[in-house]
Amino acid sequence: MSLYYLQKFLYQLNREESAQKKYRADLEQLLEEYDLTDEESNALREGDIGLLYVLGVNGQILMHYAAFLGIEWFDYLDLMREGIAKHGPVRAGVYAMTGGGESFTEEGKKQ
Amino acid sequence: MSLVYAGVLSHAPGITGRADLVKNTAKRDEFYAKLDIQRQEIEASGAEALIVIAAEHFANFFMSNMPAYCIGIGSEYEGPIEDPEWLRIPKTKVPGAADLGTRLTREVMKTVDVAYAEEWKFDHGIMVPLHFLTPKYDLPIIPVNINCQGPPLTPLHRAWAFGEALRRACDSVPEKIAVVGTGGISHWPATPDSGKINEPWDREFLDRLMRNDREALLGYDDMQTYRDAGQGGFEIRTFIAIAAAAGGQGELQFYTAELPIFAVGCTVARFSLDKAA
Ligand SMILES: [Fe+2]
Repeated sequence: MSLYYLQKFLYQLNREESAQKKYRADLEQLLEEYDLTDEESNALREGDIGLLYVLGVNGQILMHYAAFLGIEWFDYLDLMREGIAKHGPVRAGVYAMTGGGESFTEEGKKQ
Repeated sequence: MSLVYAGVLSHAPGITGRADLVKNTAKRDEFYAKLDIQRQEIEASGAEALIVIAAEHFANFFMSNMPAYCIGIGSEYEGPIEDPEWLRIPKTKVPGAADLGTRLTREVMKTVDVAYAEEWKFDHGIMVPLHFLTPKYDLPIIPVNINCQGPPLTPLHRAWAFGEALRRACDSVPEKIAVVGTGGISHWPATPDSGKINEPWDREFLDRLMRNDREALLGYDDMQTYRDAGQGGFEIRTFIAIAAAAGGQGELQFYTAELPIFAVGCTVARFSLDKAA
């Protein structure tokens, strides 16, 4: 469990254009710089929002990362819900889901 | 000269980023109009610099070395760190106030051990307020952060003491200074519950805030806040610091829970600066 470094990877990616360039040019080399488990590295390789959410990445860090990946707003919320359906409740931190995963916005309700 | 304006406003990224998704456009536009009134009030105050007491979201500070309080003393800043298409705010440079920020920091340090930073990247927590309050980015900004994200968090009575220290600092310099605090009240941002708002909790908090009732404001505890107002509720620290800095009663200019797409109860308020009021 190296949630600290997983979050640090995303924190630096989110704020530093140099890290974003490295991410695009050679993700493997960037991953090497952080002490991550295989599960965490894979989640970053795949941009697996649902798993990263469940692993306990701070929601603000994850939200900025999802924006960096170009994920649309309601898709991003759904990916977190899917992560919970697949992997169970959030394992660390204060960004847990409190309800059953329903949408709290009129705009986000599925047709 | 001193503090010439104090107010609070919301900063959620949806306020700009999801403007076009809103169904209740009348309420949205009313909110934007109130923010523009706040801009006019700051302008009319003659403020030469604007302090923004924010609760940042991992743009500068991380658990590697997390200050409870930090004041920006840089001469220039940049933002947003977020994808500008997502936030709908283009990347820009923002002027700082290095000398003034340094003098204020020195004064605050007499009572609060504040950190300072010459480098600072703005995230939505500052860029959204600036987008409305100084849309040309021509007013020097002094960013201030209270850590509301990475627990352990500073206790509320220290946020109060910090606000008082900032007021003393502002009153000790010749410049005219405006200050805004920007946070959320109850909200569950960046979770699947985004859009959830506890309106009764918000109204109770705002009532305590507008009365500037120190004891009632410091009566919250983080466990209860987390349960009733979500992790976003930890950001009440910025509002509490403003109440302490202002000293007088507040006037709530806008609040609505009817824009959940913005993921927060949208708030605009100003304070009297008269401690006797
Ligand atoms: Fe926030």
